[in-house]
Amino acid sequence: MSTLQATAALAGKRILIGKPGLDGHDIGAKIIALTLRNAGAEVIYTGLRRSPMQIAQVAIDEGVDAVGLSILSGSHKELVGDVITVLRERGAHDVKVFVGGTIPAEDQPYLRELGVAGVFTADMPLERVVAQLAECLS
Amino acid sequence: MSNGENAAVMDIPRLGEPALRPVSPSGIDVPTSVTDPGGVADDASRIGLPGEFPFTRGIFPDGYQGRLWTIRQYSGFGTAEESNERYKFLLAQGQTGLSVALDLPTQCGFDPTHPMARPEIGKVGVSLSNLSEAEILFDGLDLSKISTSFTINGTAAIIYAMYLAVADKQNVPRSKLTGTIQNDILKEYVARGTWIFPVRPSMRLIADTILYSNEVSPRFNPISIAGAHVRDAGATAAEEMAYTLANGLAYVDELRARGGDVEKFARRLSFFFYVHMDFFDEIAKFRAGRRLWARFMKERYEAKDARAQHFRFGVVCGGSSLVAPQPYNNVVRVAVETMAAVLGGAQSIFTCAFDEAFQIPTEFSAELAVRTQQIIAYESGIGRTVDPLGGSYFLEQHTDRMEQKILEVMAEIDAYGGVVRAIEDGWIQLRLAERGLDRKLNTDSGLNVIVGQNHFKKVDEEIRVGEVFTLDPTVAQRALEKFQRVLETRQQSAVDQALAKLAAAAARDDENVMPYLVDCCHAYATVGEMVACLKKHWGEFKEPVNL
Repeated sequence: MSTLQATAALAGKRILIGKPGLDGHDIGAKIIALTLRNAGAEVIYTGLRRSPMQIAQVAIDEGVDAVGLSILSGSHKELVGDVITVLRERGAHDVKVFVGGTIPAEDQPYLRELGVAGVFTADMPLERVVAQLAECLS
Repeated sequence: MSNGENAAVMDIPRLGEPALRPVSPSGIDVPTSVTDPGGVADDASRIGLPGEFPFTRGIFPDGYQGRLWTIRQYSGFGTAEESNERYKFLLAQGQTGLSVALDLPTQCGFDPTHPMARPEIGKVGVSLSNLSEAEILFDGLDLSKISTSFTINGTAAIIYAMYLAVADKQNVPRSKLTGTIQNDILKEYVARGTWIFPVRPSMRLIADTILYSNEVSPRFNPISIAGAHVRDAGATAAEEMAYTLANGLAYVDELRARGGDVEKFARRLSFFFYVHMDFFDEIAKFRAGRRLWARFMKERYEAKDARAQHFRFGVVCGGSSLVAPQPYNNVVRVAVETMAAVLGGAQSIFTCAFDEAFQIPTEFSAELAVRTQQIIAYESGIGRTVDPLGGSYFLEQHTDRMEQKILEVMAEIDAYGGVVRAIEDGWIQLRLAERGLDRKLNTDSGLNVIVGQNHFKKVDEEIRVGEVFTLDPTVAQRALEKFQRVLETRQQSAVDQALAKLAAAAARDDENVMPYLVDCCHAYATVGEMVACLKKHWGEFKEPVNL
């Protein structure tokens, strides 16, 4: 059995993992939350069925460095756009936004244009997810 | 062969040959050499004959000779009109049962006008916000002749009520209806997330649907107790079966507490699982599960009728065992999994399309998935003889060991205080998350071999398939317009009256809410209205978020 090596790659970072919308497939979000915590980050997980408004507000209240949004229902364009809009409207310009889930390759340029800092799909090794986050947040 | 002809093969780097480990994914040790002279002494109490207790070898003496499994593809997207067309196409392809996928607002009990619903309308299934949509969905389909399976849980009682109302409208007697509602809320709290009410009122609602269905539509399966979703999230085959049996027993206890007769309701309980890639884990899982369930029903609940001891199940082949890199490999995976399902004795099979790992299937990929089953059914001959692997020294041993693993997990749940408490506390959820992480790490490290993803990758492969299905962007707008028209044309006083009666029934523990839900549907009350009415009395589930 593989075990997760505790590292300090994300030490001192606060990261919110959110499940916007109605999609109930949360295993990916939970795996990422556990992984980032093992990498030293302080992780807040919203639980299911949060509105973009709620997620953005929690991110601001908690003063997080990054928000990870997990969406597998195909509604990523709308939901990610809404979270970013609320974050920016409320002055959270430095909070980086990442997206995970079933995100078709052809939608990634659109998400980047919205301001998404990275897209993680299920086949990406967790080590690479951590490394990419660490680089983006350094 | 010249180097030129072999160019494609030459591009494949060998990153170290993965080893074949002598342990199954469920953690069962397997022999690496044959130590048994062959054959197992036929132990009637463990193995017996097909069609005889404990049904290890199948619930029917003639296997698929009497009746082939149902080929049932999960389908439905966009509007009711588009789904209706797709169903007609699939039936014309030789599919024998319909499977309805519903969009998330319908599954979670929100009308299309709710702010949470808007981005999700018609995305992962069809929007069935009220009876008028169901009338369109089944237009031209004779409900007395087709069997319809609904993947619906939180709002299963309402969708079942709607199906009864459509049958009433088509003048089809309810007693002729066949099909299934998933209606398994316990696993929703653990893995799929379309819960609405707290655990205990949800258990009451499920008992209401089962008891009512047994009376009015006795050929309809009012529940399909599903392990598939915990499996796809990371559980092993043994854990999948253990959680499912534990949930099944919790429903049996609830039904008995409500005065249900086990001889009657147990005959209509059905199950639903994933089939992933480990061939013998899968076959053993089904054989062990069938034996355990029969024993629980006979020994613990004293069910005498064999049909009340039968473990009937459908499966889905694919899911998270399918991956995006080298997508055509998935065709092979689904074929292997389908063979395991057949050798395990499944009653219905859904084969995922090879492109489901990254998109809604196209007509081409959906057809190929159906053809895969037809080839296995009619060309391979593996379904010709009932349980052809029965008595194999390895399979019988693996079945016994699988049974032990399943019982160990069930004992842990019992020790915690039972499934209901374990779910309310978030204990099973956390266990599953940790298991999901294990599986992911083992995939990342290459210990779990996935050809094309972590071994035998091609250099610079671009993940692309020929045809991409795109959802019509006007779906949401059209659904909203139709919804508004229904609100304007229905008789509001009838709606208010039906909802008031539903509220009164929900407030009483000794009343069955089903007839009131059917009346609400006939009055064109919306799913959102019915759910809001029930929420007022029952409250909402508070998700334990403990990681």
